Amino acid sequence: MAYDLAVNGQTHHVDADPATPLLWILREQLGLPGTKFGCGAGLCGACTVHLDGVATRSCQVPLGTVGTQQITTIEGLGTPAARHPVQKAWIDIQVPQCGYCQSGMIMAVAALLAHTAAPTDDQINTEITNICRCGTYPRVRRAIHALAQAGEATSHG
Amino acid sequence: MGKIATWTRRGFIAAGGLVGGGLALGIAFAPNRLGIKGDDKALNTWVKITPDNRVTVLVPHCDMGQGSQTGLAMMLAEELDADWSLVGVQEAPALPAYANEYLVRGMLLGAAPPLILGRAVDDAVLGLTALMGLQITGGSASIRFTGELGMRTAGAAARAMLIQAAAARWGVSAGSCSAAQSMVRHAPSGRMLTFGAVAEDAALLPPPAAPALKPFAAWRIVGTSPPRFDVAAKVDGSARYAIDVVLPGMLYAAVAAAPVFGGKLLSVDSAAVEKMPGVHSVVRLDNAVAVLAAGYWQAQTALRALEPKFDDGGHGHVSSTEIDTAQSALLAKGAGSTDVKRGDAAAALAAAAHVVTADYAVPYLAHATLEPPNAVVHIVGDKCEIWTGVQDPLNARATAARAAGLPRENVTLHNCMVGGGFGRKIPDVMDFIEQAAKLGRAAAPRPVKLIWSREEDITHDYYRTAARARFQGGLNAHGQPVVWRADYTGEAGEQAAHLPYQIDNQLITGQKYANHVRTGAWRSVDHSQHGFFSESFVDELAAAAGKDAFQFRRDLLQAGSRQRAVLEMAAEKSGWGASLQAGCGRGIALTESFGSIVAEVAEVAVAPSGAVQVRRVTAVVDCGDLVHPDAATAQIEGGIMFGLAAALYGEITIENGAVTQRNFDTYRVARMVDAPAIAVYFIASHAPRGGIGEVGVPGIAPAIANAIHAACGVRMRKLPLRSVAMAAGPAPDQHASAL
Ligand code: FES
Ligand code: FES
Repeated sequence: MAYDLAVNGQTHHVDADPATPLLWILREQLGLPGTKFGCGAGLCGACTVHLDGVATRSCQVPLGTVGTQQITTIEGLGTPAARHPVQKAWIDIQVPQCGYCQSGMIMAVAALLAHTAAPTDDQINTEITNICRCGTYPRVRRAIHALAQAGEATSHG
Repeated sequence: MGKIATWTRRGFIAAGGLVGGGLALGIAFAPNRLGIKGDDKALNTWVKITPDNRVTVLVPHCDMGQGSQTGLAMMLAEELDADWSLVGVQEAPALPAYANEYLVRGMLLGAAPPLILGRAVDDAVLGLTALMGLQITGGSASIRFTGELGMRTAGAAARAMLIQAAAARWGVSAGSCSAAQSMVRHAPSGRMLTFGAVAEDAALLPPPAAPALKPFAAWRIVGTSPPRFDVAAKVDGSARYAIDVVLPGMLYAAVAAAPVFGGKLLSVDSAAVEKMPGVHSVVRLDNAVAVLAAGYWQAQTALRALEPKFDDGGHGHVSSTEIDTAQSALLAKGAGSTDVKRGDAAAALAAAAHVVTADYAVPYLAHATLEPPNAVVHIVGDKCEIWTGVQDPLNARATAARAAGLPRENVTLHNCMVGGGFGRKIPDVMDFIEQAAKLGRAAAPRPVKLIWSREEDITHDYYRTAARARFQGGLNAHGQPVVWRADYTGEAGEQAAHLPYQIDNQLITGQKYANHVRTGAWRSVDHSQHGFFSESFVDELAAAAGKDAFQFRRDLLQAGSRQRAVLEMAAEKSGWGASLQAGCGRGIALTESFGSIVAEVAEVAVAPSGAVQVRRVTAVVDCGDLVHPDAATAQIEGGIMFGLAAALYGEITIENGAVTQRNFDTYRVARMVDAPAIAVYFIASHAPRGGIGEVGVPGIAPAIANAIHAACGVRMRKLPLRSVAMAAGPAPDQHASAL
């Protein structure tokens, strides 16, 4: 089946089985390997992308159900020249270790902060359920709080 | 032409010019010649200084995010007196065999190394860098060995040569010149030259035989925390792991190995599956079946439709219950080989005023690196290229060569960023490379990317051993411990079971328990179980003596010792002794591994339901001098989280000879909600540098278990701890009693 996918602001033509998880379309057909495979079962979040701004585990999204939703992957969140604030905070706080989970982690956090500018620890715990085997969680939390504070400073400043 | 100087008897320094001007300087040495336990392997280091005044450090280790590449470059830049902003790193490639293998052999045999630097000099650089892959990342060795022995010496040697070259150009003595910020200065005349400007001249000089290293008081780069080189690419999706490699015409492979280790593939009917969309072929391996397809999802879907029949290699009866029973029986037999013997444990136990006994147990654990095992293999004719992310590239290359039936020199390995290692991507456990090479044969001349599903990973790991220990401890009438007896089984524990405490009578014995379940090194290796065993039982002795858990330990450590300093600081920083809410408790543990001393204090809350929440962890670490304090802090945080995940949830069980857990739903790991506030402190003792990547792991399980005891009085002697109510039931190993 043929589909037009809106990915990172561009339309891509894809021809594949409608049951194919979006994850593999992004990685294998659209050349966007920043979105990672970690479990294939919706459990780890390494494959998190935004569908119309909502953090979504792309291994659980069949191609046929994507429709016209706007897909944003880590490659579309920011670039080295114009980094997203979450990416900047990640560098400031040196969050990544092996880095494998971080695309998904960053996408999840960016979506969280887009609707909750200053999440509480409980909100962070509920919303960010991505797995990081390197254990970067303390720094992820620190970076989220730093972003929330910086956001406050800008909006009040 | 390049030159080689013997740098004592331990190795040598080689230097030469670069095409286009510039200096290349390398160090090669054999760790076993230095009395470092390990294989007959060489480590080496290279640095390039180019006319643009940039310094490039070729690092012989993959960086799994520990910051080792940054740290190693810092050590070199320190001795070089480089301007840090001009320093970059490159991972040394694992090249196919080259003249260098003779070089290594010659060096190890003590023969004079052949002169390999006479050819085009970049060849020489590549030639020597090919040796670099010989060292594996693991055992917390990167910074300790490569850094101390290679990087610092290389930096100091290059600095001496640059100074000498500048002095010659000015016609002054080298002694009247100095270096700082990538410049050589002649103070009396005020003249200055950049390193880049004299690098070409320096390349003509013989390397110094014994370059002088700086005293730590003069360090100005080492001990700071510049941004790590590897981080930026990891925030925008541009970091490339092996799983991301794409080659033209590439096939994707999904594999299913015999569920029971040691099982073989009996039969598989592949006719229907071969007709499925995108499927290229079904490949039968000795103990596995794989599907090659145009896309990974197609390969996986087709694999799931296959109904392969495997035998169980005769191990189908093995279960976790049976393993528990077998290990308990071994301990009951008490026929272990002696690991530590001090004083007379039997007599001391008989004479003790109070004897405490307890059994402890830990389950198998999976590594579950977030990047599942994977590799891309491309075989054309008798040449093979492989892309993978492993802790030992040259070993992976040898494995691939063997499996592909090719000589090693025909195999080129491209080591990629590693999405988590923890001991899963080291020598002897490279089954996925072997599979990939065989599938590469089947796919040839097309390349193939093998990706293990998470289920394949969880069920076919090389697990941290399941282990048990039986303790007997004796106190005298004053509540002082006079005897410690420990018998353990599982994989050999040896040093990991040794105590930092002064107890006069000790007997520690070990018995190897082995079955068909594959075991291997898991972050911190045997320390992961022995830390839990010993530090929990010390706590039991303290409780039996009616003493504070911190004071009891402190009194058993020599005044003025590093161990005591670490423990005391942990107590101070954690607010040891300050009151906590009901249902909360603190636990302390002191462990020593890979040359580092770590004390951890965990603060836990036990809910009325029995659920355990670790709220806060304080860690104090003495690992000698710190290279990059922030990266070291991150490693301790990561080690604590890794150990905490295992302590609370980690459990691989065996039923019918196979692993029961499948994915992160059944093999639970830590998430954000489990992450306590972690505070890490370092004591800069200037002791020999210890490891950092693994040393945070061993202490966290006992600290949590001890905190649970402090919170609610329940002693948890079996991991995972998960929930207190559950474990407080009538499990047979919960019978510890004060006799
Ligand atoms: S790969 Fe999609 S959640 Fe793990
Ligand atoms: S940084 Fe390695 S899994 Fe998160």
